[in-house]
Amino acid sequence: MSDGARHDGGRVPTDGAELLELEREALERIGKASDETELESLRVGYLGRKSGRVTRAMRGLGGMAPEARAAFGKAANQVKRSVREAIGRRGRELTEVGALALADGVGISGAPSLAPASDRTPSPADLSLPPRHPWRGGLHPVTRTVREICAIFRDLGFTRARGPEADTEWYNFEALNTPLDHPAADEQDTLYLEGGHLLRSHTSPVQMRILEKHEPPVRIVAPGWVYRRDTYDATHTPAFMQIEGLAVDEGITFVDFKATLAEFARRYWGPGTRIRFRPSYFPFTEPSAEVDVKRIVRRKDGSERATDWIEVMGAGMVDPAVIANAGLDPERFTGFAFGMGPGRIAMLKHGVDDLRRFFECDVRFLESLVGRPR
Amino acid sequence: MKVSYRWLLDLLPGAALDPDELARRLALRGAPVDGVSEPWGALKEIVVGRVTETRPHPRADRLTLCTVDAGSGEPLSVVCGAPNVEVDAFFPFAPVGSILPGGVKLKRARIRGESSHGMLCSPRELGLGDDHSGILRMEGEHEPGAGFIEAAGLDDLTLDVEITANRGDLLSHLGIARELATDTSGPPELPPLSGAGDLSLEWKRSPSEPSTRPRPTEVSAAGVSISVEEPELCPRYVGAVVRGVEVGPSPGWLRRRLAVAGSRPVNNVVDATNYVLLELGHPLHAFDLGKLRGSAVRVRTPRIDTGAGAGIPATRAGESRFTTLDGEERSLDDSMLMICDAEGPVAVAGVIGGRDSAVGDDTTEILLECALFDPRSVRRTRRALGLSTDASYRFERGVDPTGVRDAVERALSLILAVAGGEVTGPVLDCAPVPFEPTSIELRPARIERLLGVPFATNKVRKLLHPLGFTVGEERSGRVAVEVPGFRSHDVTREVDLIEEIARTWGFDRFPDDLGSFRPSTVPDDPFFRFEDEIRDELDARGLLEIQTPAFVSEAEGEVRLQNPLTAPEPVVRRDILPSVLRTVERNFALGNRDLRLFELATSFSAPPQEGAPPREETRLAAVVTGRKSPTHWSTESSALDFDCWDLKGLFFDLARMVWGAEARVEPENRLPPRGFADRFDPDRTFAVRSATDVKDVLGAGGLVTGLDAPAKAGEVWAFELALPERPVRSGTPVAAEISPYPASERDLALTVPDEIDFAAVEESIVGYAGDLLESLVLFDRYKGSSLTGSDRSSLAFRLRFRSPKRTLKDREVDRYVARVLKALERLDVEQRS
Repeated sequence: MSDGARHDGGRVPTDGAELLELEREALERIGKASDETELESLRVGYLGRKSGRVTRAMRGLGGMAPEARAAFGKAANQVKRSVREAIGRRGRELTEVGALALADGVGISGAPSLAPASDRTPSPADLSLPPRHPWRGGLHPVTRTVREICAIFRDLGFTRARGPEADTEWYNFEALNTPLDHPAADEQDTLYLEGGHLLRSHTSPVQMRILEKHEPPVRIVAPGWVYRRDTYDATHTPAFMQIEGLAVDEGITFVDFKATLAEFARRYWGPGTRIRFRPSYFPFTEPSAEVDVKRIVRRKDGSERATDWIEVMGAGMVDPAVIANAGLDPERFTGFAFGMGPGRIAMLKHGVDDLRRFFECDVRFLESLVGRPR
Repeated sequence: MKVSYRWLLDLLPGAALDPDELARRLALRGAPVDGVSEPWGALKEIVVGRVTETRPHPRADRLTLCTVDAGSGEPLSVVCGAPNVEVDAFFPFAPVGSILPGGVKLKRARIRGESSHGMLCSPRELGLGDDHSGILRMEGEHEPGAGFIEAAGLDDLTLDVEITANRGDLLSHLGIARELATDTSGPPELPPLSGAGDLSLEWKRSPSEPSTRPRPTEVSAAGVSISVEEPELCPRYVGAVVRGVEVGPSPGWLRRRLAVAGSRPVNNVVDATNYVLLELGHPLHAFDLGKLRGSAVRVRTPRIDTGAGAGIPATRAGESRFTTLDGEERSLDDSMLMICDAEGPVAVAGVIGGRDSAVGDDTTEILLECALFDPRSVRRTRRALGLSTDASYRFERGVDPTGVRDAVERALSLILAVAGGEVTGPVLDCAPVPFEPTSIELRPARIERLLGVPFATNKVRKLLHPLGFTVGEERSGRVAVEVPGFRSHDVTREVDLIEEIARTWGFDRFPDDLGSFRPSTVPDDPFFRFEDEIRDELDARGLLEIQTPAFVSEAEGEVRLQNPLTAPEPVVRRDILPSVLRTVERNFALGNRDLRLFELATSFSAPPQEGAPPREETRLAAVVTGRKSPTHWSTESSALDFDCWDLKGLFFDLARMVWGAEARVEPENRLPPRGFADRFDPDRTFAVRSATDVKDVLGAGGLVTGLDAPAKAGEVWAFELALPERPVRSGTPVAAEISPYPASERDLALTVPDEIDFAAVEESIVGYAGDLLESLVLFDRYKGSSLTGSDRSSLAFRLRFRSPKRTLKDREVDRYVARVLKALERLDVEQRS
C-alpha cells in the first residue's frame, strides 16, 4: 500500500516550469479527492518515499549542474511543502465533512464541496505568531527536594521506607533511648491524640520499625510528615516533612558516617561544598553531630563566594541502646542515623525566606519554582 | 543560657579569647552561640564628663549651672538639677545629638533662660537602675570624653549559648569555662569576690551508716534541725544559718553582672544565691529563718503514710495548696517533694520557694539551702505545677553532686560581703545517700570499632584528662576511667566516653573516605513509586502540587488532638479536599482564576476499635477551574473553561491508575458519599466505589458549590480519591497482537429518548456488536433539534470492526450492525432516517 508504483501516472519534472505544472496538477487533484483512500493514493503518488514524483524529482538533483541544482532544489522543496500541506488540509476537511454529513443524516459519499481553508492557518504563514502551549503543571518544591535527596541516597545504597504518622510513645521516644522523664523529650513539643497515640514528632520511629523487621545490613531513608506543637512562623509549621536515614551493619564506623554524609552533601550542594560536623546531642545517637555546610554560590557578576555555615541535618552513630531495643546485639552491629528537613533545604535552595509560603500555595509562587523554561 | 563574656574571662585569666573565637570553639564543642548582644549598647554615645565649675542658676533655686569638660576641647555649659553635682567629679554625660535609652534625642535647650549643651545623667536616665535622686557619680579618675561604657566597666557582651539537654554541667559560667579550658591554658579559677573576707566554716555531717537502703536522716545544732524523710528524692541537704543580715539592694557590680546574664536583681541575699547559681550552676535558696516555724526543715512529701506502707495514701490537711513566691496559689499532689518547716510546706523542692518564707526587707536571719534533688522528681513536680525555673531547669539536667561544698562556701562569702551578718553554728549537712564516683570500663578495641580510628590509652588520657576524667592503666584490653562529679549524669556508659574522645579529638579530624557497603536488605517501599507515578501523571496534565495544613475544624475530621495548637483547629484532617478548596479561595482572592491543583496527603479517621491507632490513608485531592489552556489567538472562545467532562476524564484516569482497570467513575445519585467532602452539586456528582463492596466509596468528585468565589471565576471541579494501602499491581503489560487485516467502519446516527442514558445505549451496542467490535466512539451528540423532537437526543457513533484472521466482508459487518439496531429498538432507540 505504501509503495506508490501502482499510482505512477506522470512524468518526473526536470526543470522549474515542469515543477510548477506538477504542483498545479497535484493541488487540483488533492482538492477534488473525495475520500481518505483517494487522498492516501495521491500522497503516495506525489510524495511516496520510493517513487513519488516530487521525491524522484529531488533525487534527480545529483545529476544536475551545480548552478541549476540550487534553484531547482529550492523550488522542489517548496512544491513538496505545499503538496504536503494541501494533503493535510484536505484530510481534515474530509473528516469534518464526514461528521457534518452524518449529523445531517447524509451519507459520506454525498459530501458537499470544499469549505474554504481555515483562516487560523494563515497562508503564507506568519510564523512570528505566538505558539500554543498546554498548561504547565509542577511538583511542590518540597516534593522535588525529597526526590533529589532520596535519589542521591539511592545511589549510596539506601532504599526508601515508611512508617505510620500516628504512633506510640514507645516508638517515638522510649525505643529511641529517650525516657519520657528526661528533658530531651521536651525538645520536640509533641502533639498527642485523644485515645493515647501521638503524632510522631520526628521520622526516627521508622528506624525502630525497620530494624524490628529486617536483618542488617539495613540502609534506608524514610521521608515523611512529622508534627509538632509549633505555631506558624517564618521557620516553623506544625506539620513538616522530614527525611530520616539509617544504616546498620557489622563494622560501620564514625568514618563511614562522616564519609556518607559528606558524599551526600557534595553531590547535593556541589563538589566545592565544605562540610562541618559539630558535636551535639540526640538521645538516640552517640556520638551525635549537627552537620553544617558552606556552599559555593555564584554572584550576579559571575564570581563565586562561599556562604555562611548553614545547619542542614542532625546525625550520629546509632546509640547501642537503640540497637539493643531492636533486638540486635550492639556489640556486633553498629550504624549511623541522620535526619533533615527538606522544607528548610528547599528554602535555602530557592531563596525562600518564609516557610509559610510552601503552605499558602499562591500559584504564582509555586509556578516561579517549577523551573522549566518556557 | 545567657553568658556574660567578661564573667567568662574572669574565670579564665590565662585565656585571651575574643568573642568570635569563643563562639567558634563553643560551636565545635557542641554548645553553639546563637546570638551575641550588647546589654548596654544603648549607651554608646554617652561619654565621661568632668565638671570643672558650678554656679547657681540665676532664676531657679534647685538648678545649677555647670561647666563640663567632655573632651571636645571646648568647655560646655550645662544646666543640672541634681543635688550631688560636684566640681572635679566625673559623671556620665549625654552630648547634644546623642540618643538616650528609650530613644530620646538630646537637643540644645534653654532652661529658665540659660542654654544647656547636653545632660549629666542619673542611673535611671541611663537604664542602670531606678535611682533618680541624683546624677551617677563615677568612681576613680577618668579621661573626659572617653566612652562611658568602657570607663564604667559596662563593655560586656551577652552570649546566648545553646546547651543540649544532656549537658546540665554547662549551665553555668564555670561549666562553660571548664569546657573551654581544655583548649587553653590552665583550669578555670574562681575570681575573688569584691568585699569578701576569709571564711572559716564548721561542718556538721549526719552520721552515715552503711546501709543498702537509704534511710531518713536528721542533723541538728544550735536550735536548728534538718531532716530528710525521702532520701531517694533528696540524697543531700545542706543548710547554713546567717544572722544579722541587712537586706537591701545589691552593689552595682553584682546587679550588672546578673543583668548581663539575664537574671533580674531582687535584693542582696537573693542576688547572691542567683550569682552562685549562674557562676557554679548549683541552685540555692535562702529562707527567712524567722519565718520557719520551729526553726526546722523537713524534706518530705505531703503524703501521710511516708514509707510506712499502712493506710491509704492521703495528703495532709492543709497541704493540698501552697502559695509560691511569685504569689500564685498552686495545687500540690502527694508525690511532690516539699521543703517543710515544723508545720507545713515552705518551698517546692528544687523548683520554687514559698511566699511566706521568702527573704524580704525586714529579714535579719536566713537559712541558706544547698541541696541535691532527684532530676526525675523535680521534673515531674515542675511539669505538674506547669512552670520552669532556673533551679528546676538545672536540677532536671543534673547538678554536680560534688559541688555542694563549693557552692555553700561561695554563697556564704558573697552574702557576708554584700548583706553583712555572720554564719552562726555549724553548717548542717544531711547526706542520707553519699555520692560515689562512677568508674567505667573502656575497651580501646571498642573505640576503634565504633570510631574507625585507633586511640591508644595515652592518647585517650591526654584527651580526657583536661575534661576532669581520670584514666587508669590498660589491663587486658580494658581501662578504668573515673568520671568527674559534674559529668556523672551524662557519662554513664562506655559509649559516652567514646563520644567524649571523638568530640575532644575533633570530629573534623576524622577522615571521610567513602568505603564499600553491603546492599540494604530492605526493599524500596513500592508506595513511594506509586505516589511518584501519580504525581508525575498530574504534573504532565498541567496540575500543580500543593501542600496544605493538616489541622482543621471539627467538621473535617474525627481524630482529636489532646493538646491542639489553637481552639478552632482541634482535629487532624480526615478530608483533604476542604483544605485544597481553601487554597482555591485564597488564590481567587489574590486574583488567580485559572487553577489546577492537587495534593497527596494523609487522612486520619477514627480507630476501628478502642486503643488502636487511628486509621491512616493516603488520599489524592484535585481541583480544576478556569481556562482549559492558556489563552491562544487561535482558540475558539466557546471551548475555554474546564467543564464536567474534563473533571470526569481526569477523575476516571486517576481512579483507574490508583485502583486498577476495574475502577469506574459513575454518576452518584444517592446521598453524598460518607467520608468524603460533600461539597458537590448533587446533580453533578461522581463516585468511585469498591468493586467488592458497593457501600465502600473510594472517591467522589463533581461540581463544587458554596465556594467563596468572585463573580468572574469559572466553575470549580474537584475530586478526592483514596489510595489503596498497597499499590494495585496491574502486572507487566503484554504486547497486543496487531491484526494485519483492514478494519471496517460503520457510523450510526441514533435518536435516544431522554429516560435512556448513554451508558445503557453503550452497553447495548457493545453487548450485541460481537467480539469483532474493535472500538466504539461517540463522536457527536445534540438535543432538541427538529429532527429529534424535544424529548430525544441524537447520538452519533462510529463502530470499527476488525478480525485478527481475515478481511471482513461488508455483508458480515452489516449483519452485526443490524443486530445492534434490533437490540436498541428495545430501548426505544431508533436509527435516524
